[in-house]
Amino acid sequence: MLRRTVTDYHLVLLALVLSLFGLAMVFSAGQTDAPSAVTTVYQKQFVWMILGIMAMLVISRASVRLLDWMSVPLFLVTLLLLVATLVIGTGAGTAASSKSWIGIGGFRLQPAEFAKITVVLMLARVLASRRNAPRSLIELWQPALVVLVPWVLIMRQPDLGTGIAFIGIFFAMLYWAGVSWPLLLLVASPGISLLLATDTKLWGGWFLVLIALVLHYRPYLIEGVVLVVSNVIMGILAPTLWNRLSPYQQKRLLTFLDPQADPRGSAYHVLQSQTAIGSGGWFGQGFTEGSQKRLGYLPAQHTDFIHAVTGEELGFIGVSVVLVLFLLLFLRTTRIASRANDSFSGLVAFGLTASWFVHVLVNVGMTLSLMPVTGIPLPFFSYGGSFMLASWLTVGILLRISSEGRGRADALSL
Amino acid sequence: MSFHPNEIARRARVASFILMGTFLFLVGAFFRTQVLLHTRFALKSEQNRLREVPLPAPRGIIRDRNGAIIAENVPGYSVSILGQSADSLRATLQRLSATVSLAPAQIEEAVRKYRRDPTRPTVILSDADFPVISVLEEHALDFPGLIIQSAPKRYYPQRSAVAAFVGYTREITEGQLAAPQFADYEPGQQIGVIGLEGQYETQLRGREGTRFVEYDARGREVRRGAGGRQDLAPEGAADLTTNIDLALQVYVADSVFGDSLVGGLMAINPRTGEVLALHSAPSFDPYWFIGRLSDDRYNQLRNDPYKPLYNKVLQGRYPPASTFKLATAIIGLQKGVVKMTDRMPVPCRGGFQYGNRYFRCWEKEGHGDVTLARAIEVSCNTYFYQLGIRIGLDRLLDGATALKFRERTGLDLPDESAPQWPASREYFDKLYTARGWTEAEILNLAIGQGHNDQTVASMARFYSALATDGMAVRPQIAKGRVERQRILDLSDVQMTALRDALAGVVSATGTAGSAQIQEIVLAGKTGTGQRPYPQPDIAWFVGFAPANDPKILVSVVLINRTHGYNAARTAKAAIEYYLKQSTVQLTGTEG
Repeated sequence: MLRRTVTDYHLVLLALVLSLFGLAMVFSAGQTDAPSAVTTVYQKQFVWMILGIMAMLVISRASVRLLDWMSVPLFLVTLLLLVATLVIGTGAGTAASSKSWIGIGGFRLQPAEFAKITVVLMLARVLASRRNAPRSLIELWQPALVVLVPWVLIMRQPDLGTGIAFIGIFFAMLYWAGVSWPLLLLVASPGISLLLATDTKLWGGWFLVLIALVLHYRPYLIEGVVLVVSNVIMGILAPTLWNRLSPYQQKRLLTFLDPQADPRGSAYHVLQSQTAIGSGGWFGQGFTEGSQKRLGYLPAQHTDFIHAVTGEELGFIGVSVVLVLFLLLFLRTTRIASRANDSFSGLVAFGLTASWFVHVLVNVGMTLSLMPVTGIPLPFFSYGGSFMLASWLTVGILLRISSEGRGRADALSL
Repeated sequence: MSFHPNEIARRARVASFILMGTFLFLVGAFFRTQVLLHTRFALKSEQNRLREVPLPAPRGIIRDRNGAIIAENVPGYSVSILGQSADSLRATLQRLSATVSLAPAQIEEAVRKYRRDPTRPTVILSDADFPVISVLEEHALDFPGLIIQSAPKRYYPQRSAVAAFVGYTREITEGQLAAPQFADYEPGQQIGVIGLEGQYETQLRGREGTRFVEYDARGREVRRGAGGRQDLAPEGAADLTTNIDLALQVYVADSVFGDSLVGGLMAINPRTGEVLALHSAPSFDPYWFIGRLSDDRYNQLRNDPYKPLYNKVLQGRYPPASTFKLATAIIGLQKGVVKMTDRMPVPCRGGFQYGNRYFRCWEKEGHGDVTLARAIEVSCNTYFYQLGIRIGLDRLLDGATALKFRERTGLDLPDESAPQWPASREYFDKLYTARGWTEAEILNLAIGQGHNDQTVASMARFYSALATDGMAVRPQIAKGRVERQRILDLSDVQMTALRDALAGVVSATGTAGSAQIQEIVLAGKTGTGQRPYPQPDIAWFVGFAPANDPKILVSVVLINRTHGYNAARTAKAAIEYYLKQSTVQLTGTEG
């Protein structure tokens, strides 16, 4: 039965190795000199992994058609859950001040983790239903709405990490659907304006590029006007929007811009993480032996900064193994997307890949201060039941798409 | 068209390249942090957790000439805190102030200490009581980074009897830390203040040790000797042996001065300069200063009219009065204007008329017609007025300067005052204008009054030359090389005659007849110093014994007694004790 279900051994093997590696690191994260609350969380993580694998086996029995058909109701249920989270949600662990969890029975779930999957399904359905790739901004309103509504709900929690993941998913799937680079750039332009708003000269330069792009691309007049106006608004309203961020978000963004500014304050986490990783050297201080972690200098060592534990204890070699495993996984899933039987399947596979990729990039980048600290977990590594379950559900869906795809997808060649 | 297989394959290719590029970048970033910058971060990680806790070194023990202990170390406890930041330190101290009484000023001082060296534990209490320690030990978990360690503290077994020269130790001040000569000191360290503790600080200090302790992020000690770093044991300093005779010192302080006499006494060996005893009364207990001086004690010391902290031997300057007459006599003998047997033109009838002023002798009845030798024995002012005039002002000023009456003795203690003596006529010109004074000044100077203020130490030095072969000795408390310098240019006959005259002072017919010692000839000179109104007269005596072969020379001033013979009795008690005790000891050793 297993042989019939698990048709893509590479995919499952990569996910399994990553999960076990992650489990080992969660175990190590609990090994501190002072007794801590996370000493035994690896046991829970193990249970969640088993549950996840079972969920994978179940969902891989569901045909892509069924998922396609289910995507609308699942999306609506997701929206309902996200609204419910805002009303009755609670914080937990390292994200104690936000409302991200809801209790169902004895469990506490993070609906946002499952929203990443259902939004991918819904977006794939909307994009796949089109005969041609969207060629103008106006044609993008449907996919934009599919992402925007849950995005706003999630940002209200607030959960900046998942919000960033949604943006990544959105652009990746538009790209897979055939939206051209210039159009993607135009879609992103208000955001770029916002980022550049702090520097008038930079923003001015970008604005000239934008005008050139608009002239070259020749959109409808109304689109052109909307683009230019929205860029101007973003460029000028940025300070106002900045003030609307909660203080800790402001602080984290500022910390990202200049980690040395306040070594004992908000930048403390990143500096300690960098110190842990840097002190690992080639081979690390040895499994469970990391001193930064043992003595509590490393913050959130079992969730957001688990990769720093890997860096400190297993060194550059250990980090490279993890990164190579992730790269192989993503190359594999990209290949599954390209071999998919239909446009819906391909979009789902690529969207799920993009979601994982954004997580890995932002989380790993954050531990080295290459990315802002956003509280985004590392797939298969960071402690968290919902995310572990969602990750294995993702594996299940990808497995199904792989098995329905054209030809055998075993070869890892490009 | 958008989902044509070729298109899809192209997008997959682009996506794969982006993936590989991104991961290559990430691996590169980790390579940079973990391999290229490894040393820097490894150091940072070590600095994070490994803290160096200083282990204070015991100071050198100070001993007397026989090995008896003057200053030693006893076990004490210090309380310090390893701060994470200035703010967290302040917060911890505020919580701590519920258990230990800490004034807001002390908290701010601790924060400043922390800022000076954040990696070093900030000393909060350098000497904590045992009850405080036991309470803190109990609540140690509530105060992360709290370090309670045994720290040797200074103790002076003879307490106030040795205060005049031993000094005390205290935590180094912020002002000292800022000064270049204390560059190798750290906040929280103990430093010697005044006295021997201050003078021989570098010798007594010892070398601080280090204990390497691993701390977790909350400032709790995890393990010692972490990272294979061996503790560096503190190195105690060598003992400091002094010339002090502690038995004599204690006898002088407790039995001779007691609580009733105010003044200063210095006893030396006139040949070697070895300081046998040095006492200033009223005294204080140097142990009060160890740890922290309480407000009560501070006020007590401050409000005492006789200023216990003001050293009456080193710092106090008093008119030497008749004890100075020997200087006048010596200058006269050296200039050849007088001989021991010479009489003056005007015999003593209780005073001397000079110009329009009448200068009194202390003896209203008058001493009659006396020789220089007899004038010394009875301390006749009238004789010395005339001798001064015969010498002349310039020669008197130069002569006394040559006898070192303007120089510090160089005693090995800090803060010695320089004695005062006019260098030349310009002194008076400057003070009174050129026409504002007359040669009559010479009369006051000749009998040790007027513009002449000497310390107990400087008088002891002068008499050391008289007691020996004309060489003045530098008094020294710590064992050292004998330093002598010739100041007297007199024949042996003259020296003997002067010593005989001094012996006559302490005889039935002299001014200090009540200070005679059985079987021992004591030679010396009394003095009754007059100070500007309303200050009362003071009593002086400088003397040595046995007169023909002096073993001890005592210089003493009493501020609350008005006659030289009182001082003579004080000196006699010390000398008698010393000489008889030595004899007893000598016999004891032989037996």
